[in-house]
Amino acid sequence: MNSLEVRQLAYAYPDGTQALYGVDLSIARGERVALLGPNGAGKTTLVMHLNGILTAGHGSVTVAGTPVRKDTLAEIRQRVGLVFQDPDDQLFMPTVRDDVAFGPANAGLRGEDLDRVVKGALERVGMLDAADRPPHHLSFGQRRRVAVATVLAMEPEILVLDEPSSNLDPAARRELAEILRSLDVTVLMVTHDLPYALELCERALILSDGVIAADAPTRTLLSDAELLARHRLELPYGFAIPVM
Amino acid sequence: MGAGHRHQLYLPGGSVVHRLPPQCKLLAVLAFALVVVATPRERFWCFGAYAALLGGVALAARVPVGHMARRMVIEVPFVLFALLIPVIGLGERITVMGLSLSVPGLWAAWNILAKATLGVAASVLLASTTEPREVLIGAQRLRLPSLLVQIAMFMLRYLDVIMDEMRRMRVARESRGFEARNFRQIPVVARSAGSLFIRSYERGERVHLAMLSRGYSGRMPMINDISASVGQWGMALALPAAALAVLGLSL
Amino acid sequence: MHVPDGFFNAVTSISAGVVAAAGVAVCLRGARRELDDRTAPMAGLVAAFIFAVQMLNFPVAAGTSGHLLGGALAAILVGPYTGVLCMAVVLLVQGVFFADGGLTALGINITLMGVVTVLVGWGVFKLVTGLAKGQVVVAAFLAALVSVPVSALAFTLLFWIGGTAPIEVGTVAAAMGGVHLLIGIGEGLITAATVGAVLAVRPDLVYAARGLAKPLVLRGAEGAGATVGEPEPAPEARGALRPFLLGGVGVTLVLAGLVSFFASSSPDGLEAVAEEKGFIDQAADHLFGSWTLADYGEVGGIPVGVAGVIGVGLVLVVAGAVAYAARGRGQAKV
Repeated sequence: MNSLEVRQLAYAYPDGTQALYGVDLSIARGERVALLGPNGAGKTTLVMHLNGILTAGHGSVTVAGTPVRKDTLAEIRQRVGLVFQDPDDQLFMPTVRDDVAFGPANAGLRGEDLDRVVKGALERVGMLDAADRPPHHLSFGQRRRVAVATVLAMEPEILVLDEPSSNLDPAARRELAEILRSLDVTVLMVTHDLPYALELCERALILSDGVIAADAPTRTLLSDAELLARHRLELPYGFAIPVM
Repeated sequence: MGAGHRHQLYLPGGSVVHRLPPQCKLLAVLAFALVVVATPRERFWCFGAYAALLGGVALAARVPVGHMARRMVIEVPFVLFALLIPVIGLGERITVMGLSLSVPGLWAAWNILAKATLGVAASVLLASTTEPREVLIGAQRLRLPSLLVQIAMFMLRYLDVIMDEMRRMRVARESRGFEARNFRQIPVVARSAGSLFIRSYERGERVHLAMLSRGYSGRMPMINDISASVGQWGMALALPAAALAVLGLSL
Repeated sequence: MHVPDGFFNAVTSISAGVVAAAGVAVCLRGARRELDDRTAPMAGLVAAFIFAVQMLNFPVAAGTSGHLLGGALAAILVGPYTGVLCMAVVLLVQGVFFADGGLTALGINITLMGVVTVLVGWGVFKLVTGLAKGQVVVAAFLAALVSVPVSALAFTLLFWIGGTAPIEVGTVAAAMGGVHLLIGIGEGLITAATVGAVLAVRPDLVYAARGLAKPLVLRGAEGAGATVGEPEPAPEARGALRPFLLGGVGVTLVLAGLVSFFASSSPDGLEAVAEEKGFIDQAADHLFGSWTLADYGEVGGIPVGVAGVIGVGLVLVVAGAVAYAARGRGQAKV
């Protein structure tokens, strides 16, 4: 069964701007897939549909066989772990510990069980030492790792990361890559950081003007300079696809 | 809006006062302020006794005098106002050093100065010895509606973020030579306010989405709770009790 | 800006506390209707916005600057219930965490700067948009303009009833009303411009002006298009707001009645305001802006106000009639 199925998804914002014009994609269990696209392609809008934050104007989203509908929202949100682009959006509680505990506590965990889950999630991202600090006292890279922990604590079926490498310095970027590689979940990584996609994902999709314009192994996609140029994507200066 | 808003008042420490549960301290300060406000203004020595009580608490909490003094700047506009009342006041007048002053005005000035100063000092002591997050937990314990507590929690969490955004916008304005001088510049300031609102509102939406993504269904899970023992209540309420005793003696 | 301890006697402080608590309780329920489970984060962020925006200084007149109170702005942008909640939380946080505003005066501060400004702002706003459809920006200006002096007059009234210094209520009301009318112009201009700015970029975010959605278009990778589905209709202005609107109109009328009464009882009102010029200049204080000294008028003998009660009664009758008429019209529409 696929972790994620999206069919003919279309959506317009309340101000009238249409962002998605019929998106089709599917991701198998255990895959790590990059969703590439220029600014304004509708990447974030698509992500918001994956756990029912936005409701499809047209079309459908299915997570591990369960369609995203009003009556399945609670289950869907448990299964789809969304890591937001700005960790400040994700870390809203007064301390790191409270924040990581928020999800499992909503699922009904209390006391020692809750402590264990929180500790486990913080350990997986190497942030256990910061448990009692307020989020706004952490560095940006640390905050992003805690944001990943808040989602891991929910033990999701699929991890969806929105621009995970943005604003990270090289060391923090590498550390996050190591963490992501060590996790045993399906990953959908939304990014325009092409080297990062190549490093972490076997397969890539290009979302452009609200539709999926390409779907291929990341290596093949990134080697097609003309395709990339057509969708306003560029490899960084001096970067060449390494030969296997 | 005082300069004090830019900095949190909290002074980390491990004193007896710091360790008291927040709900005890909140109630104690509120009760103390009520006693102060209820004290007739003619009872001069009562106010001295109240000040001494607060001094004792400050000593026990190891809050330095300088910290208190700096934080009490917030009161300055009211000091100025209080000093003005006798000059502009009507009614019976007396002459002090060539200045004609209104007698009821003098009483009013004294009343406001004494009570406002004591109130501000007590609040500063509370905020200096209690972490904001703890104050909120305490307030919830005191049956402040939890929705209100949550709103305050989000406000405090994002205050720095919003203020930073505002600062960046101001830097952007000023680095292009803008200065708010007269009416014509109001549209510029308003556009800043407008975009600050949009940013705040959209962040609120994103925060809400982040909460939904983690199973929020309209109720905050109670993760932290601090319960207070009878002894701790007793210790905290000693302050307003002592103040009440002073008031009782004076009547 | 914020009333400290000792300004009002204990009875008034506690009564205002009860009024504020009741107002906040009503708004907690109302905000749930406006924002659903988004209430806590949205109101929290808007409260942080109000707090920040109160630090924005704007020029009012030559050499004078003020800062936003924000009540009317909050009401127009996020709706009256949420607006009151945000103002209340801002004042609560300022009182408890920044020692700004006395704890015993919290009820007074919330009533004056939260409930009254939002209620009056929202009432005027609905009244103007009701009379002239689509004039959101003009309505925002008038709403903010009126909300500031009304709040100042409410302060005067409250101080007359339970203040700790005797005041000549007519003179003080005229001075306060005059000074705050000036400040209200600044508040009005910036509120209108802010609402206009938001309206231009995200019209859907202005609570009072929602709607406008186009049908969806489906497009293949090559650009072939098809139109599907109608978007959900924009929510109508909710019926639950009617009591708020009526309340706002009522309070506005009552206070307007008081103003006219006090102004007439003090024919030299304008002169008094002119004498207060010193106050106006001092209101330029950048940190404390629109309130500070300008708010608290002067001290004098105890006034006699029997006629005031008659005036209020008269205004209440008028307000009741208007409310009844408005209710009838509203039902006719449904």
